[in-house]
Amino acid sequence: MNTQTKTLFIPKFATLMQWVQSHRVFASVLLLSVFPWLTPNQSVAINVLIYGLYALGFNLLFGYMGMLSFGHAAFLGVGAYTAGILIAQYHLQWWIAIPSAMAVSSVVALVMGLLAIRTRGIYFAMVTLALSQCVYFLVYQFPASGGENGLRGVNVPEVVLPGLTLDLLNPTVKYYFFLVFVALALWVVSRILASPFGGVVEAVRENEARTRACGFDVERTKLLTFVLSGAFCGLAGALNAIHLSSVPIETLHYETSGLVVMICLLGGMGSFLGPFVGAALFLMIQDVFSIWTEHWQLYVGIIFIIFVLFFPKGVWGTILEKLNVH
Amino acid sequence: MNIIRKWAHAFCAAASLSTSVAYAQIPPIKIGLPVPLTGPYGAEAKDQVKNAELAVKEFNDAGGLNGRKAELLVRDDKLNPGEAATRALELIEKDKANFIVGGLSAATQLAINNVTKQRKVIYISISQSDVINESSDFSRYTFHEALNPHMTTQAVGHYAFKKGMRIAFLTADYAYGQEMTRGFTRVAKEMGAEVVGELKHPLGSSDYSTFLPRLQALKPDILVFNNFGRDNQVSIKQATDFGMKKSMKFVTPIMTYTSRLAAGPHVYEGVVGGTSYFWSIEDKTASAKTFNDQYKASNDGVYPSDYGSMAYSAVKSLLAAVKTAGTADTEKVADALASLKYDTYKGQQYYRACDHQSVQSVLIIESNSKEARNPADVFKVLQVVSGSEKLLRECTELGFK
Amino acid sequence: MDGITAQLLGLQIFTGLALGAIYVLLAVGLSLIFGMLTVVNFAHGAFFMVGAYAGYSLYQIFPNFWICLIGVPVITGAIGLLVERFLVRPLYGRGIDYPLLLTFGLAYVMVELVRMGYGKQGLPFDTPAALQDSVDVFVGQFPAYRIFVIVVTAIILVGLWFFIEKTSFGLIIRAGARDPSIVRILGIDITKVWLIVFGLGTGIAGLAGVLSAPLQGITPEMGGSVLIISFVVTVVGGMGSLVGAVIAGLLVGVVESLAVLFFPEGAKVSMFVIMALVLLVKPQGLFGRSGLMS
Repeated sequence: MNTQTKTLFIPKFATLMQWVQSHRVFASVLLLSVFPWLTPNQSVAINVLIYGLYALGFNLLFGYMGMLSFGHAAFLGVGAYTAGILIAQYHLQWWIAIPSAMAVSSVVALVMGLLAIRTRGIYFAMVTLALSQCVYFLVYQFPASGGENGLRGVNVPEVVLPGLTLDLLNPTVKYYFFLVFVALALWVVSRILASPFGGVVEAVRENEARTRACGFDVERTKLLTFVLSGAFCGLAGALNAIHLSSVPIETLHYETSGLVVMICLLGGMGSFLGPFVGAALFLMIQDVFSIWTEHWQLYVGIIFIIFVLFFPKGVWGTILEKLNVH
Repeated sequence: MNIIRKWAHAFCAAASLSTSVAYAQIPPIKIGLPVPLTGPYGAEAKDQVKNAELAVKEFNDAGGLNGRKAELLVRDDKLNPGEAATRALELIEKDKANFIVGGLSAATQLAINNVTKQRKVIYISISQSDVINESSDFSRYTFHEALNPHMTTQAVGHYAFKKGMRIAFLTADYAYGQEMTRGFTRVAKEMGAEVVGELKHPLGSSDYSTFLPRLQALKPDILVFNNFGRDNQVSIKQATDFGMKKSMKFVTPIMTYTSRLAAGPHVYEGVVGGTSYFWSIEDKTASAKTFNDQYKASNDGVYPSDYGSMAYSAVKSLLAAVKTAGTADTEKVADALASLKYDTYKGQQYYRACDHQSVQSVLIIESNSKEARNPADVFKVLQVVSGSEKLLRECTELGFK
Repeated sequence: MDGITAQLLGLQIFTGLALGAIYVLLAVGLSLIFGMLTVVNFAHGAFFMVGAYAGYSLYQIFPNFWICLIGVPVITGAIGLLVERFLVRPLYGRGIDYPLLLTFGLAYVMVELVRMGYGKQGLPFDTPAALQDSVDVFVGQFPAYRIFVIVVTAIILVGLWFFIEKTSFGLIIRAGARDPSIVRILGIDITKVWLIVFGLGTGIAGLAGVLSAPLQGITPEMGGSVLIISFVVTVVGGMGSLVGAVIAGLLVGVVESLAVLFFPEGAKVSMFVIMALVLLVKPQGLFGRSGLMS
């Protein structure tokens, strides 16, 4: 391609990207709608949806507010176990279980937030880590959770809506059912970020002291963001429980907390689509490589290193930057 | 968008390249094998893959199902139940697997089982768990080829305990350990031995120095190590370093070939344990000799291991059921498997009706102290406890009517 | 709960100190790296593991444990130097997240390379013959090797204290931790200092690895479990404080040890409870300086 066509081509692409950024919810949902047809198989696609949602919740706190937490597995896990226990043991319907999961994880986030907000930086990360390990411990000991064996029996074979029955054993149907929740979550997050509250959140990230000086209640903002973040992660957890029909105890482990940090960094924090891009990349790289070779961890590690050295804003963030879109 | 699509295409192509080519007309009988190729049980998992491949090869070489061959689809579940469930979903939905064999921990097999039973796919699990026999997890399509903690403890306990002995437990605080302790406690009660204490340690501990002095203070005759793999190696090593072998006998429910190799003869010297298989039973058991020879022939003279051979047996008996049923149709194979009597590598086995637990022998072994001339000579078989339903829990106890 | 005598308690405390010694070594290395470079080294556990494997290989060549003890920190320190120079240095100025992610990926790579080179199973590592017995420590019999570990840790700490407090290079390190730009203005190449500190930190981690090899054998995964403990101890002590690392390490070791006596299920979570409590009361850790990487 000679330089002439290059300069003609890029602006068109850039305007497309600009449109994407201003209609981000619609664009994201559109992309996610065709996503299953782009991936090797549906189950990985569903995992990308779920982990993308998890990362979206986390990104609210990490990317937009600038607070690194190493304890978000607690919200994912509590959401999963709540939904799981309500479905498997109390035989309640999904439309009770899922909102309950979000409610419970919000409460857990409130408690954790109240305790953790007073710390900053790496110490904040460590407090969240410590608290989520305590949650892990408590749930592990709680008999209804199944302990090490995990919680089985979260069977939702079909979803009965007025006039329509969805067979959730069909992976494509399951994907689109979950997509509805993810789309709703994306819309809500977009509304939050576009609202005055969203402005305060980003202001706190840029300069906390100045924001406080402007008269905003920084502590309340932090706490509210923490709770919202927890709610979305709880939703992701509930969906995961239904997807796998079980809840493994590893969902609450700090490795799961670490995973979402990596996904956000890989995809690009502080950007709207970044979490999903990161989730897609991470899961698909792992998946594809582990079929190829048993030494997939070596290649995943090398790719990580390459991304960190050469794509500092994460993949999606770098793409946006290169096209000068904000 | 372009970039993403390009990447997606690349991934698609890569992934489709890696799945096996289907035979021209009839699709092969596909058996999914999710095992933890990465992680602490990587060695056992690799063994299981080799053994399963042997079983498939034997089936295909003998003509398959009227010419229709079997194919093994190996997947890495990373010893994570969430991953295992995802792999199971993939195998069923994308790869159209007919059957699934696998799972090398209780949590992963239960997660896989939850997926397979909902979708009416036969699943044979090949690692220890008491829970998979119980009515809440059971289904018509669930089969358990491996030993379960109850059988293991009944056999080992009856061998090692005597009336009046003092027994202490070092238990890993998760299902495996707890189930083993429960089983051993039952045997001790039956035999009139006294349980003087139990200490639980978190799964994956690397330092037992905090537990060992307390155990020593209990002055037991037998110290039972109810843990597995690395935990087993490290705890026995440290207890040996603390000089505890001088005053008590070490017993462990499952002593694996890989653990013995990893920790060495000094650590396991004098330890008595149980296992599902050791190659030396070939002198008394014809099927063991055939199996050993076949395995050695395709694996440079290496003998098959305990966990590995379970995979062989599971796949071989599954394919035998397919042959008996004359079809790969799940319902017919499930019926055939449930009523199958098979002798794949260690003598007579069959699945008990109420819980599909494979009734089989348990071997009592002791570790050889000297570095053997042949690395395969690591154990000595002390006793073969023959398979019988007496080793299992009552169906009613498991929740079945 | 019967039979908890003063003797058992004493023995358990002693065990906790021995456990804590390894934690201290790890935390000291991590604290040095974080305090000086503000790099969160997620590969610290991997260096620990590589140290153990390096010890194994060295032992095959020179069957002398003392040579291994000296050789291993040199090896892991050298690897650390290379890592800092080529992988970590490009990331300075980008914020705390990037070295974190890089070292995370690096850990994956290091673990897998070791798996490929030495096998997945793990290898045995026997306690050196001279230290195999148990010694009477007033409260009971105690393995000699564990006492040796406490002694080595103490020697390293003394050496490190001397190095940092009494030498001119140590002065530069202390100054650099407080204010790197001033140090630069004074004409000292701070990047060289960072290079050496990183190597020092990873060298100590490797030493901790080879010291714990006789206690638990070696596997490729041994770094993973130890990483989180290192972080907890470092944070409880206060990032960048060596005194804090020592006190926190011993504290965590002893509490874990005593927890086994009174509440065994909770032994592993006890360190997190400690961390939560300490950070809630002193948000920068026991000896951390406020403003340092907040």
